[in-house]
Amino acid sequence: MRQRIRAAVAVAGFACAVPLALAQGSATEEIEKYRQALQDGNPADLWEMRGEGLWRTPAGPKKATLEQCDLGKGPGVVKGAYAELPRYFADAGRVMDLETRLVWCRVTLQGLSEADAKKNPYGSSNRKSDNEALVAYVTSQSRGIPMNVRLDNPQMKEAFALGEKIFYFRGGPHDFACATCHGEDGKRIRLQDLPNLTAKAGAQKGYSTWPAYRVSQGELRTFQWRLNDCFRQQRFPELEFASPASIALTTFLAYNANGAPFDAPAIKR
Amino acid sequence: MADPMKIRANLAGDTTEVKVLMSHEMETGQRKDAQGKVIPAWFIQNVTATWNGKTVLSAEWGPAIAKNPFLSFRFKGGARGDKVQVNWVDNRGDKRSDEATIA
Repeated sequence: MRQRIRAAVAVAGFACAVPLALAQGSATEEIEKYRQALQDGNPADLWEMRGEGLWRTPAGPKKATLEQCDLGKGPGVVKGAYAELPRYFADAGRVMDLETRLVWCRVTLQGLSEADAKKNPYGSSNRKSDNEALVAYVTSQSRGIPMNVRLDNPQMKEAFALGEKIFYFRGGPHDFACATCHGEDGKRIRLQDLPNLTAKAGAQKGYSTWPAYRVSQGELRTFQWRLNDCFRQQRFPELEFASPASIALTTFLAYNANGAPFDAPAIKR
Repeated sequence: MADPMKIRANLAGDTTEVKVLMSHEMETGQRKDAQGKVIPAWFIQNVTATWNGKTVLSAEWGPAIAKNPFLSFRFKGGARGDKVQVNWVDNRGDKRSDEATIA
C-alpha cells in the first residue's frame, strides 16, 4: 500500500506533461460514465430498506422503535432532517451529527448502553452494521432538499470554528492536513478526483454525495466513516466514532455545503 | 434467511420493465481470507421471474455476477396491478422469493 502511494506521488510529479493530463481527463469521464451506469441499480437501496425496517421495529431492552426519535425537527420527523444536521440539541446539551444522534436515540428510547449503540459503526459482509442501515434510511429522506445548516447559537459557532481548525491542522508522520489534499482544484489520489473543499462547488459536491455505496467494499459507508478513513490515510490518530472532533469537522463541512440539493445515498467506486 | 430483494415493475406501452436488486455476497471461490484459506464459493445459481404464475424469465448464474446484483429485464404484456414474482436459489440451497405490483 505504502509503495503504491509513493508510486502515485512519483507519477503526479510529471502530471504537467500534456499527454498524461489528457489521459487523466478522459479517465475521469469514463469513471463518471461508469457511475451513471450504476446509478439505477444502486445497492444502497438495500441498506435503505433494511434501515427503515430497523427504524420501525421494536428493539433493545425497552422494546421500543426509533419512530419517536427527534432528529431536530420534532419526534418522528425524518423528512428533511439530515439537511439540517449537525445541529445543537437542547436535550443533550451539545451539537450532534446524525450518527451521534442515532446513538442518543438508541440509548434513550431503546435502552441500549452507549457502548452497545456505538459498537460496529462500520460493517462488513458477515457483520452488518445497524448504524449504516439507519443512516441510509434517514439520509434518503432528505434527497433533493437543499442543505441548510444554521450557526444560530454559540455551540454551533464553536463547533464550526473547531472543525475549521481541524481541517487546516497539519500533523502526523506525513505532516498532512485535510487541506493538503482538499484545498486545491485538480488534486487526485490515483484516479480518484478529490473535491476542493475550500471552494463552494467542491464543498457542496463533496458533502452532498455521502453516504455512498462503495462498490470496491460492497458496503454502504457513512460520513463518519469517510472522516475516519481520511484520518487513517493521513496517518493521524484514529478519529473516534461520534467524538466531538468528528462532529466539529462534520459541522464545518456541512455548513460549507449549504444550498446544495442533498443527493445521497450515492454510489462510488 | 437472506435479506429481501427490492423489485420495481413499471408498465411502458405493451411491455413491463422489471428492475431487481438482490442482497447477496456472490463469493467467487477465488478469494482467500486473512489466514490464506480459500473462501468457499457462494453465489446465486438460478433466477426465475413469473408474471401471474407464468414464467417470463429463467436464468442460470455463476460466480462472475457481482455482489448485491442488479437485474433489469422486460417482457411483453402485464397490466397495472398484476403481480411479478422473482425467485432465486443459491449454491447452498438458500432461497428467496419476493413480489412486486406492476405500476
